[in-house]
Amino acid sequence: MALGTVWVFAELSQDRAATGALELLTKARSLGAADVEAVCFGPGAGDAVAELGRHGATTVRLSTDPAFAELLLGGPAADTLAAAVAEHRPDLILFAATHTGRDVAGRLAAKLDVPVIANGLDIEAGEAITVTTAIFGATQVVRTEFGARRPALALFRPKSFPAAVAPGAVAPRVVEVPAVIRECHRRARVVDRSVEIAAGPKLEEAEVVVSGGRGIQNAGNFELLREVAELLHGAVGASRAVVDAGWVPYSLQVGQTGKTVKPAVYIACGISGAMQHTVGMRGAQKIVAINKDPQAPIFKLADLGIVGDALIVLRQLRDELRSRPG
Amino acid sequence: MNVVVCVKLVPDPDSVGQLDATTHRLRRDLAEPVLDPGDEFGVEAGLRLVEAHGGEVRVVSMGPERALDAVRKALAMGAARGVLVTDDDLGGSDALTTAKVLAAAIGREPFDVVITATESTDGYTGIVPQALAELLDVPAVTFATGVVSDGTALTVTRQTESGSETILAGLPCVLSVTAGVNEPRYPSLRGIMGAKSKPMDRWTLADLGLGGVGGAGAGQTVVSVTTSEERRAGEVVTDDGDGAHRIVLLLARARVI
Ligand SMILES: Cc1cc2nc3c(=O)[nH]c(=O)nc-3n(C[C@H](O)[C@H](O)[C@H](O)COP(=O)(O)OP(=O)(O)OC[C@H]3O[C@@H](n4cnc5c(N)ncnc54)[C@H](O)[C@@H]3O)c2cc1C
Repeated sequence: MALGTVWVFAELSQDRAATGALELLTKARSLGAADVEAVCFGPGAGDAVAELGRHGATTVRLSTDPAFAELLLGGPAADTLAAAVAEHRPDLILFAATHTGRDVAGRLAAKLDVPVIANGLDIEAGEAITVTTAIFGATQVVRTEFGARRPALALFRPKSFPAAVAPGAVAPRVVEVPAVIRECHRRARVVDRSVEIAAGPKLEEAEVVVSGGRGIQNAGNFELLREVAELLHGAVGASRAVVDAGWVPYSLQVGQTGKTVKPAVYIACGISGAMQHTVGMRGAQKIVAINKDPQAPIFKLADLGIVGDALIVLRQLRDELRSRPG
Repeated sequence: MNVVVCVKLVPDPDSVGQLDATTHRLRRDLAEPVLDPGDEFGVEAGLRLVEAHGGEVRVVSMGPERALDAVRKALAMGAARGVLVTDDDLGGSDALTTAKVLAAAIGREPFDVVITATESTDGYTGIVPQALAELLDVPAVTFATGVVSDGTALTVTRQTESGSETILAGLPCVLSVTAGVNEPRYPSLRGIMGAKSKPMDRWTLADLGLGGVGGAGAGQTVVSVTTSEERRAGEVVTDDGDGAHRIVLLLARARVI
């Protein structure tokens, strides 16, 4: 069965197309689909069009209705998508496995009563559409085939695919989608929004990530990680345990339910190495672990493991880096 | 306030999971089953709402017979009553089926707030709360790190990709909570004893008027499960004061300094 139109649900990040959308468009181009289109909702959607086009969207279906920023996106986005699906009948819709992606895809699957596969790592389309997911911290790989119902919905972990500009891409067609905003969704309003702005490179893009876990002992000690990260022109990451404890914001979380990072060097400090953490960093070229427990699972995947007190080692590391010439 | 908390029995997350090579289902025989630790935060959040505003917490679960243990633990923490939907046809259910079953069980009575974790510890598709909200036709306020209420609405702080948001949500709604949202209480001895006499229902798919859902009704098929390549361990050394220097050497070799 030939693959018809593929849609990519494009999230906005500060009025730009989120990297995840560009990754998905890049992948969608390789599936042999009849057409690849992006769908984007939010007051800033117009600003994302050019970038989505460059990455292979021939059409961008958008709504700039202010409600998409004033309300929780999931409900209105799923309703608007459902109406557009009924009209244009795409075969496949790809989402990034982010909080927003999950909010929209989960509702849409229930609304349309169509299958959805979460935590995807790869996708192929031949006779059937097959999605690869990793479970148990990527120790096992599962391939799942969609049945005949369309559209099929799939969510992919960030960084599953590289983002690349489409050769010869022309400016996409822009089509306004009527926003469907039901009364019940007006009940959940965003009354405040804050964006964490970290100094230095973004966590997902940094060449060096210095990550802290519960072994860092308290929020204040994260300052030491920030100092070391800054000296290395890198970024600070964290385990979910310390995000849950409120020591650092969620935007720093690495792992299954956080970010996926693939830096040149990942330094795990006081992190035990639970599979839900390692799935987000095992793609690093080199892994360094500092942990006082010689049995910590993190050592099983570290290129260099230091058994010791993370705070002591980090202080010495900071001092040695500071004293290096240039 | 009528609060419903969804809970799940999962293999103890501290033991390593495995899929059965032939049935492609999670092997639940390998680890001691427990109330999903992520659900304890939901139970606690529900209890706090009813303690402040009256009403009761009803616990809903889907799973095998022994998932009654998960419901019982929630009752021991302080929930008023529980229901387990259990049916042979539900083995291998996907996320959407789970949401349909939970929605049918929840929708039998009026509710103000339905609380879930953000994902289960074992299956973690992470889309059940949203699918559930759609089926119940209410907003889903997801990834909450803080919840307060005046009795008529919820004020929720939630995680976003880039920071946080505050949401003002009228009732009814679905609320998914992260592990940071509160400090769950331990069941007291009195709570554990009292749980034994609290009302607990057991429903089948037929009781809920649901046919054709469950494993066989799923719109997707697992075609293979393979073990991926392990990353190999390098050298592990005890820090004798030269640990930092070794890291510097590695950083230099990796050409990042
Ligand atoms: C569905 C699901 C999704 C999840 N998603 C994620 C995710 O995205 N990211 C994530 O990280 N986790 C995730 N988790 C949680 C994960 O299972 C672990 O609980 C978490 O990663 C543990 O964090 P930690 O290593 O900081 O803490 P712990 O496991 O408590 O480890 C702390 C480590 O610090 C060491 N230590 C203590 N003191 C020192 C010291 N002075 N010096 C050096 N070492 C010291 C200890 O030996 C220990 O190894 C998820 C869990 C579930 C169920």
